[in-house]
Amino acid sequence: MSHEHWVALRRRLIPYGLLGPGILWLILFFVVPLYFMGRLSLESGIFPEFRFDWTFSNYSDAFKAYDTQFFRAFQYSAVATIIGLLIAYPLAYAIAFRGGRWKNAMLLAVIAPFFTTYLIRTLAWETILSDNGFVVNTLQTLGLISSDGRLLATGPAVIAGLTYNFLPFMILPIYASLERMDASLVEAAKDLYSSSRQAFLKVTLPLSMPGVVAGTLLTFIPATGDYINAQFLGGAQQAMIGNVIQSLYLKQTDYPAAAALSFILMAVMLLIVFIYIRFAGSEALMGEEVPD
Amino acid sequence: MEAHTATLPVRSRESTGARAWKWLKRNAIVIYGVLAIAYMLIPIGLIVIFSFNDPAGKFNFTWQGFTLTHWAHPFQIAELTDALLLSLRLAALATLISTVLGTLVALALVRYDFFGRHAANYLIVIPTATPEVVLGASLLSLFLIYGLALGFTTLLIAHVMFCISFVVIVVRSRLIGFDRSLEEAAQDLGANPLTTFRKITLPLIWPGIVAGALLAFALSIDDFVVSNFTAGTEVTFPLYIFGAAQRGIPVQVYIIATILFAVTLLAMVFTVWQQRRADQLAAMRPEQDV
Repeated sequence: MSHEHWVALRRRLIPYGLLGPGILWLILFFVVPLYFMGRLSLESGIFPEFRFDWTFSNYSDAFKAYDTQFFRAFQYSAVATIIGLLIAYPLAYAIAFRGGRWKNAMLLAVIAPFFTTYLIRTLAWETILSDNGFVVNTLQTLGLISSDGRLLATGPAVIAGLTYNFLPFMILPIYASLERMDASLVEAAKDLYSSSRQAFLKVTLPLSMPGVVAGTLLTFIPATGDYINAQFLGGAQQAMIGNVIQSLYLKQTDYPAAAALSFILMAVMLLIVFIYIRFAGSEALMGEEVPD
Repeated sequence: MEAHTATLPVRSRESTGARAWKWLKRNAIVIYGVLAIAYMLIPIGLIVIFSFNDPAGKFNFTWQGFTLTHWAHPFQIAELTDALLLSLRLAALATLISTVLGTLVALALVRYDFFGRHAANYLIVIPTATPEVVLGASLLSLFLIYGLALGFTTLLIAHVMFCISFVVIVVRSRLIGFDRSLEEAAQDLGANPLTTFRKITLPLIWPGIVAGALLAFALSIDDFVVSNFTAGTEVTFPLYIFGAAQRGIPVQVYIIATILFAVTLLAMVFTVWQQRRADQLAAMRPEQDV
């Protein structure tokens, strides 16, 4: 009896043993830091003398001072996500259903940008869009931009960079959900006299929604907090909230304001993700529930 | 059937233009796909081309002329080489730790029903839904308050932290489709839990673990934002590039990027090729059903 009791107890404790180290790491270095950032966001004073005194006005002050960059970040990121989806979906579709023997090669090409560093890819775009570059010269010759017009330090350049850099994150989940799809469902729809368009809208698209949800989130979340693209491809007029937080923390050492802005960003982000998942389904993020 | 035979002669009388249009319509998606892939490869092409550039000044922004002199000395710039070595060391350690911890967490989440499972699921997902700048900023807040000196240790702590979630998600997806009857069979045949894990479970989820580890390595070696906040005076490869972008990027950056690209590409092609061979071998076995 006592032996069985031990076996049962051990079995109950096993998951906590497996979970322990990883979860502890996340608690110590994800949850606890958030707590300290929360504390920091309510302190007052000037570097290096900060006092904790519940200065809630840090939040309203920081938001008022940087609301432009805040909204710009969400705007750029949303546009980049939509353009990314428009580029990625047909490409993922082509790979999944028309790739044939080239499927693996095409997938390899999709993840190839990851084989070079993020910053170098962005620098490459800086070179491509630079003032004396081929693209600007061509556009000037065609009269599409004025003779002293430029692409760098404009909103579209930053959006183009964001779109490009997160595109594989959009393509891969959509591809995965299309690939998993049972092709005979589309055949069945067509046998039942639906047109190609109807079959796509009623069968393929709904079945690929988990991929679309995952892809848009994997693009939107990092793009909103990004500050590399705005740094390399934009100018002062294109600064995003990430640039502000980075600068307040690492250059101006205004920690309370920076912490408050980080919190606002995180809260808004989680709220958007939550609402989005409510509408679009959560399996993409949370995985299936498979209790023993 | 009758309808078909009736349309046949009409089809053969179609003009070349109409047929070309039809072909175009049918293959539009493929053409689009090829163009989209070409677009994705543009910056890579530029990096490779500019690694042969012979820039006059310190800015490698315009094409000045072809040279191989820089390729002869890719590791000439000591700080760049040091940064690369630091990144490799950091990524290797972060991958090792996060893969072990993440795999264990994934096993617990998929295999067991326990109190707090739902909360643990949330704790795994929320870091991935948090902008990197917030992760970096909050870690810096912690290190500042405790007066912890920034350096390799803080970098490692941070990298393991953001890698764990991704490892869990990848390994978990592999575990979810797992056929538990194989393990039961092994235990019925007298294998103890450890042997069962070693001989059955581990080999079957190994591809998931490798995929998780590769993802962790890629995330770590490419990370700029979190490192920007937690590195102190240490300089990783991306941090070096960020600093150099303001001073002028030496050609060697493009050369090392090209080398890294080629090495990764070869490794990937080799993996895909091996996978295909394994699939072919598996297909030859009549009773395969996995």
